[in-house]
Amino acid sequence: MNPQDYLLLDFQDIHSLPEPAPDDPTLPALPECSPDSQPGPGTGLRRRDFLGRLGGGIIIFVSLTDLVRAAQEQRPRGRGRRGRGGTPSDFNAFLHIAGDGHVTCFTGKIEMGQGPITSLPQMLADELDAPLASVDIVMGDTARCPWDMGTFGSMTTRFFGPLLRAAAAEARSVLLELASESLKVPPSQLVASEGVIWDREDKSRRVTYGQLTKGRRIQKRLQGRPTLKTPDDFKIVGKPLLRRDSPDKVTGKAQYSGDIRLPGMLYASILRPPAHGAQLKSVDTNPCEQVEGARVVREGDLIAVLHELPDVAKATLEKVKTEWNVPKPTVDDKTIFDHLLKAAPQGRTVAQGGDLEEGEKAAAKQVDSSYLNSYVAHAPMETHTALAHLENGRMTVWASTQNPFGAQREIAGAIGFPPENVRVITPFVGGGFGGKTQNSQAVEAARLAKAVGKPVQVCRTREEEFFLDTFRPAAIVRIKSGIDGQGKIVFWDYDVAFAGERGAVQFYSIPNHRTTARPSGWTSDAHPFATGAWRAPGNNTNTFARESHIDMMAAAAGIDPIEFRLKNLTDAKMIRVLKTAADRFGWTSAKSPSKRGYGVACGIDSGTWVAAIAEVAVDAKSGRVQVKRVVAAQDMGLVINPEGARIQMEGCITMGLGYALSEEVHFQGGKILDTNFDTYELPLFSWLPNIETALIDSKEPPQGGGEPAIVVMGAVVANAIHDATGARLFQLPMTPERLQAAIAKLPA
Amino acid sequence: MLETISFKLNNKPVQVRTDPKRMLLWVLRTDLHQTGTKFGCGEAYCGACTVLVEGVAVRSCFTRVSRVRNKEVTTIEGLAQDGKLHPVQQAFVDHDALQCGFCTPGMILTAVALLKDNPHPTREEIIAGMNDNFCRCAAHTRIVDAIQEAAAKMKGNA
Repeated sequence: MNPQDYLLLDFQDIHSLPEPAPDDPTLPALPECSPDSQPGPGTGLRRRDFLGRLGGGIIIFVSLTDLVRAAQEQRPRGRGRRGRGGTPSDFNAFLHIAGDGHVTCFTGKIEMGQGPITSLPQMLADELDAPLASVDIVMGDTARCPWDMGTFGSMTTRFFGPLLRAAAAEARSVLLELASESLKVPPSQLVASEGVIWDREDKSRRVTYGQLTKGRRIQKRLQGRPTLKTPDDFKIVGKPLLRRDSPDKVTGKAQYSGDIRLPGMLYASILRPPAHGAQLKSVDTNPCEQVEGARVVREGDLIAVLHELPDVAKATLEKVKTEWNVPKPTVDDKTIFDHLLKAAPQGRTVAQGGDLEEGEKAAAKQVDSSYLNSYVAHAPMETHTALAHLENGRMTVWASTQNPFGAQREIAGAIGFPPENVRVITPFVGGGFGGKTQNSQAVEAARLAKAVGKPVQVCRTREEEFFLDTFRPAAIVRIKSGIDGQGKIVFWDYDVAFAGERGAVQFYSIPNHRTTARPSGWTSDAHPFATGAWRAPGNNTNTFARESHIDMMAAAAGIDPIEFRLKNLTDAKMIRVLKTAADRFGWTSAKSPSKRGYGVACGIDSGTWVAAIAEVAVDAKSGRVQVKRVVAAQDMGLVINPEGARIQMEGCITMGLGYALSEEVHFQGGKILDTNFDTYELPLFSWLPNIETALIDSKEPPQGGGEPAIVVMGAVVANAIHDATGARLFQLPMTPERLQAAIAKLPA
Repeated sequence: MLETISFKLNNKPVQVRTDPKRMLLWVLRTDLHQTGTKFGCGEAYCGACTVLVEGVAVRSCFTRVSRVRNKEVTTIEGLAQDGKLHPVQQAFVDHDALQCGFCTPGMILTAVALLKDNPHPTREEIIAGMNDNFCRCAAHTRIVDAIQEAAAKMKGNA
């Protein structure tokens, strides 16, 4: 299943189909394992257990696969179909309406700050015509929620949202049928609103969802395509809504994985090598024995000190004497780019058109350049944490994770349990940004809990968090391009190494072009340590390179950078967001460098089009940059929660200042030199620009919002710095030292 | 080397028998089960562990428990009074001044102390006063807005 295909689905005006005959006379085709019985996604969900716990009411199960299949097969109305198989189910949900009218959505998605705890009930309540207050959501619990591939890629609203709405629409049609029977009125004569259904012709004839549901047991697996509301019918969607989790988060009631307490639990402090690739030569844990209550556990390659106090466990681990064989470093944060260029594999052409040679011939001016970016850490405020508890042969793990079902599978494999005997519960997650798709802390907690027979918490120190992080990869982009005498781009040859293809394909109107990605993904063994997905993976690198280069060409053509872009764009959405941002900013035409310190950049990520304009002030002497103002316009299709969308944009812009200006991982070989926030600098309050956001009014399907606005931040700041000083920076982050060096090279 | 240390936690007297050199953060979170105070960095950089000692914001990950002997400690759990949120807490809710929420207790307590010292801060003074508290989700703009509004509503009654 290609998620992009899903965007093409149109649920409108296709009625739901009857469900297939159930496998079991009392239970419908709800999932035993994954909804498609795929061997891959394991789960602890047992149909009977789950349904038993829910009691009566209406239960709807939906899976993305079912809906996609329904769309692909174009089945005629009214004909059900049995049988499963095919593509794995990526997103699934249960929707339960209890006998008291209370609605609960069960989803494997998790809440790490990005806001689905608010936006998903918002979508659900609207489609179901239920009061928002009656809708609850249970997230990230493998024993209660159907399988889900994980929370990343700005996919929750885009792909999970329609699914949830389909379940709600189905539930609503079931309720209307029940009301029709109960009120003896044809469904077409009924009106549903706020959890009540009434007769259009006699408003006193009414019945609540709770009354309709009470004492019943209706279970459906949705396999058809229900009729969804059109945006004009929305009452709750599209309205700004405050976060639902704030009251608990401002009072300390909100629980994160490290806040769970169990009787007899122990805290683990785990021995780590001084560098990636180091081998343990000798270890002496004898000094730990003097510490009362401390317990040293060796479980395979894992050496840990356990204690009922976390700080004592840590202090005791520091007494362990070790000798390591540390490989001689062959690469560091300065030589890494040469190393990577040598190691880069053959490319894969991800886009091409026209003829590059022809383009070169037509070029009046050629602009060639390379762009670099360093490794960047996720650095969530909550370090990776987990608590594992073995009881009656079942392992329960509370984990800060972005993919509880992935963690479940990893844990089960590590401790030799069948997946159904491992339950992962995801409390609130204190930030992820892609880094918590890696779950080693949960595996370690489970291994230790199994070894000692007591609940064990693993909470990484900040140093461990930096050391074990899967960094955003260092990467190199090389671009050759040319413009004709009229300022039209005539060719574009783009080669990205180690950032992958997300955001690599340019969206300008260029007759001769080629885009090559080496490799096509963003992970590779060529790095001295693990790398992984970092908020909008690859796209920050690619957009920095592309939009810096577009500005270089605008300067070469002697044309204002926005005019130059508009001259070379035919993409209507991009033209619109760019013009909107320019209007809001109050942009006036000038070729760069204008000394104003204005920069512009455009990008596309997660189905969302974004344009940003920044104003910076540069202190040439110190090399420090203050971003004073950022205006960003975004077309993300239908906006579910405008307040949530703006917050994500503001977060992207502020967080993006970090990778633009200061964030880079320092290392020597496998040794990570950054151990805390003294050398790894996050954006601070004092960096804060005035941020203005504009959302394009759209009725198109909703798109991603958690990532797009961050992709433009490298280029928008680089271009503004160039506009202020004439100095062009080709490497992220644009630290004071790099800027000073670039300014020093300027002709006097 | 164990000692009995008494102090007031959120208006209630508490006693712990422990090593006085231990950091307050771990005593609060582990011995006293007050988990609203968060571990973020362990070296007093990030501010997630901020609590009030005698009304002053301190980093509990770097404060020995012996330092709060006979003193008054306020954690995020003790800020709301009689079920009513403190104006700073309320303003964080009203402004959506958080995302993942992990830095939030430290942010709020830092802001409460800031407003006690300076009940009518300018925006620049708020930014300067909050600068050593980190938020990775980058809710900074809204946090500043929330503190400004809380200051206005409190009218100097910190």
